Amino acid sequence: MVAATSTEVAFPLLSMMIVVPVVGALLIAVLSNRRPEYSKLVALLASVGTGALSVWTFANFDSHSSGFQFTSQHPWIESWGISWHLGVDGISLFLVLLTGVLFPLAIVGIDPHNDDPRRDKPYFAWLLLLEAGVMGSFLSLDLFLFFVFFEIVLVPMYFLIGGWGYEGREYAATKFFLYTMAGSAFMLVSILATVFIARDNGVGKITFDLIELAEGANFAASTGRWLFFGFAIAFAVKVPIFPLHTWLPDAHTQAPTAGSVVLAGVMLKLGTYGLLRFGLYLFPEASYWSRSLWLTLAVIGIIYGAIAATMQKDLKRLVAYSSVAHLGFIVLGTFAFTSQAVTGSVMQMVNHGVSTGALFLMVGMIYERRHTRQISELKGLQHVAPIFAAAFTVVMLSSIGVPGLNGFVGEYLILIGAFLTARWWVVVAATGVILAALYLLWAYQRVFHGEPDEENSTFAELRVKEALVLLPFIAVIFFTGVYPKPMLERIEPAVNALIGHVEERTDFVEPQPAAPVVDDEVHSHGEEG
Amino acid sequence: MVAQDTFIGPSVDWFALSPHLVLVAGALFLMVVGALTPAWPRNLMSLTTVGFTVAAAVLSVFIWNDIGAEGPSAIVGGVLAVDRLSLFLTFAVLAATALVALMSDAELRGTDNDGPEIYSLLLVAATGALVMVGANELIVMFLGLETVSLALYVLAASDRRRSASQESGMKYFILGGLASAFFLYGIALLYGGTRTTSLTEMVTRLQSQVNIGGNDALVLAGLALMLIGFAFKVSAVPFHVWSPDVYQGAPSNITAFMASVGKVAAFGAMLRVLTSALPFYRDDWRPIIWVLAVLSLVIGSLLAVVQTDVKRMLAFSSVSHAGFILVGLEAAGLSAGESAMFSSVQSVAVYLGLYSVLVVGSFAVISVASRGGDTTLDGFNGLSSRRPTLALALTVFLLAQAGVPFTSGFVAKWGVIQSAVDAGSYWLAIIAMLAAVIAAFLYLRIMVSMWLRPADDNAEAVNVPGLSGIAIAGAAGFTLAIGIYPQWVLSVAEGILSLS
Repeated sequence: MVAATSTEVAFPLLSMMIVVPVVGALLIAVLSNRRPEYSKLVALLASVGTGALSVWTFANFDSHSSGFQFTSQHPWIESWGISWHLGVDGISLFLVLLTGVLFPLAIVGIDPHNDDPRRDKPYFAWLLLLEAGVMGSFLSLDLFLFFVFFEIVLVPMYFLIGGWGYEGREYAATKFFLYTMAGSAFMLVSILATVFIARDNGVGKITFDLIELAEGANFAASTGRWLFFGFAIAFAVKVPIFPLHTWLPDAHTQAPTAGSVVLAGVMLKLGTYGLLRFGLYLFPEASYWSRSLWLTLAVIGIIYGAIAATMQKDLKRLVAYSSVAHLGFIVLGTFAFTSQAVTGSVMQMVNHGVSTGALFLMVGMIYERRHTRQISELKGLQHVAPIFAAAFTVVMLSSIGVPGLNGFVGEYLILIGAFLTARWWVVVAATGVILAALYLLWAYQRVFHGEPDEENSTFAELRVKEALVLLPFIAVIFFTGVYPKPMLERIEPAVNALIGHVEERTDFVEPQPAAPVVDDEVHSHGEEG
Repeated sequence: MVAQDTFIGPSVDWFALSPHLVLVAGALFLMVVGALTPAWPRNLMSLTTVGFTVAAAVLSVFIWNDIGAEGPSAIVGGVLAVDRLSLFLTFAVLAATALVALMSDAELRGTDNDGPEIYSLLLVAATGALVMVGANELIVMFLGLETVSLALYVLAASDRRRSASQESGMKYFILGGLASAFFLYGIALLYGGTRTTSLTEMVTRLQSQVNIGGNDALVLAGLALMLIGFAFKVSAVPFHVWSPDVYQGAPSNITAFMASVGKVAAFGAMLRVLTSALPFYRDDWRPIIWVLAVLSLVIGSLLAVVQTDVKRMLAFSSVSHAGFILVGLEAAGLSAGESAMFSSVQSVAVYLGLYSVLVVGSFAVISVASRGGDTTLDGFNGLSSRRPTLALALTVFLLAQAGVPFTSGFVAKWGVIQSAVDAGSYWLAIIAMLAAVIAAFLYLRIMVSMWLRPADDNAEAVNVPGLSGIAIAGAAGFTLAIGIYPQWVLSVAEGILSLS
């Protein structure tokens, strides 16, 4: 990650990705209450506009550069050394793109279940504010700015869960808010301590700029570890890493469908992204030192999430627990410190967003038709809605990680990359792949197979609008699964730079896999590294 | 004092005293003219009060700029400091007084109190607050304290229709009198230890005493007693027990005034005594502040969560906010008396200024939403469907109190935590942030009730009177504007670089 290779553009592209949704939300706020349908239109336009900007960013991204691109920096709170500093690199690029694309789909894909359409107005405004917050978090290169966005996403999400969620929404919303805020409390103190300690250890002035801090600061090992844990707690709650995950099943299950899609799709990635960007990059020594802890927690999360998912009676809760397992893989890859594993992690962040987002959408569609999420009340849907079942199958297989679909690429890279540095953890984690097949296929069997009973026999087939919403998901699932190169070639330079950054500051040396002649040889080379 | 044939008063810089004079003039004007004329048209009394505070604020701006050119000074024989700390807090007091005056019209209209008395007392109390934040001499500080307190005792008991208000005034009076006694005794002991009541004089005396070994015990005892008095006035745990009852019983506009102006005045005086007169004792008072801060933060937040009355909730939350301000004060203690302390002093001043606007805004909404006198949490059920804008405004205030980004509350919290971390008080900072999470639960409870619970069928319609609406909109706008662009208020606060 070299700061100097940034390209200044006249058009504040990245800032616009934050501003456009905010403007959309404000516009909705002043819209007349009598025409609720306009609010959806405005929300759609604003989110499509943001999505278009993110696609444009993707198209113009220089895949050979490992540094931050499209950066823009303006002084904001000069008294505190804080600036509006945005930038995108290979690690954040696809998360930004995912955010840009997922929001319009979530907005158009499914309406909040409401008797009174006038109540939809704030729903769309909150969704847009949420988009702005998530975008801001992925784009920020300033610790203060990141914290501000990281924290502000709680508010719209709280209102989305609380206002348009299901029966247990009050509890779920409050729990979500407090859990995440408690994590952030540590991060806030840690951010400030980082800035002040860095001032006296290499940086020489008060600045919240990520690049200046990461490149300039020279923390003593013990100090860096304390600071790192302050950040890590906040991210661990957000990911969530076992045992801080208990807010997630509640929040996911009770949130309205669009909320779940966004929550699983992009918001959880704030945690894993944060670990990469603010954990590994800012505190390489501490991250490397504490890797065993994270690897262990990740593996526990994988197994625990999978077992818990198997036992769920509620389809949405099942998907929620599967997220715990999938995010365990991402954390595993992150703390394996090899180029392949970290690249796989970044990829898996996007893949999980696509596949789980689509799963939540389809569970939402089932709920709209049947007004239940209980697996035991659903039966034989395959007979009455074969296309729906087919789409569900593709998404499900992607989530399981079947070769040829996107989930496989990420998971495979993580496992193969981590095998070099964290062999035994990988051995245990690999069983999680099998468990994923178990809980998803079993659930599929119970919901879609068999003869439909009376209530399920009227289950409606996939509508055209729904198909159009699902189409982009399925296209990405196939495309990435078959041809991941466009993604990999953009992610890899940034990841290699990050690994290089860690190697420079620790005694870690990335093991280079030898030419795969014999299996044993691969292992021994790995160990020498 | 040697007896003299003729009394020669100190020369008085009248212009530097003009904000005080304008407020006193306003109080007298309202009393006299209000008594001699028939009932005033609605809103006029309130707007006149606002006019006087604005005039005082404009004069303060001129004085602020003069300080830039001439440096800080102490006027009237050195008893009243005219420096930027006192002026910054003067702005906070005046802004809060104006907002309270605006919301008072709706609170008073149609009651026995619909006359000049309340407004007049508000201005008198504000004058006392200005004296307190500027007092450079302990007797003058006590005078300011009593001016504020006496006015507040009456104001708290002013709602003659409700016995709760009487009770509130009585409780405040008795406990406040006790605290004043502690405070006065502390002054006496400090005088005994240093033979002066002037803060400027005191620090020089102590400086020489440090060298020659003066009467340490008296100073320490005096410090302890004064801290008790201050802790009572800012309602820091364990001296907070009066505040929930008084806050709940007093009329909402008076509660708002107590929570804003009362706190600013007490903290202003406390900050000045500790950093200006007693910096040599910083190693003695800093741990005490630490304990007060932790207790206020934790107990204030925890007790706030279990309340069922919104005014009581905010009373406990104001205890927790006092804890946050003490965090900044504790940080100032690391380098008290040196120029390095001013970044902490600035953060405390900013917190006080931003919080007073916030808290008045919150109580203004509560006052409007509970016109029937029902301030229980259930009374707020479904406010969003009855009055969406009002609910939105209260949401802004509550989120700001919780310290959510893009609100002024976040800026305030960030400032004091930054000071604490810079001073190396990591644990205090972490405790403060965790207490903020507990307190957030309380704000969420109010929000849940407003947004997620259905309204009672027989809930009264909520009408927002014009002036209250202006006060609420102004406070909410300020809260958001500062949250998005805090630089200008920080730049102003950065002017606080020296004490007179």
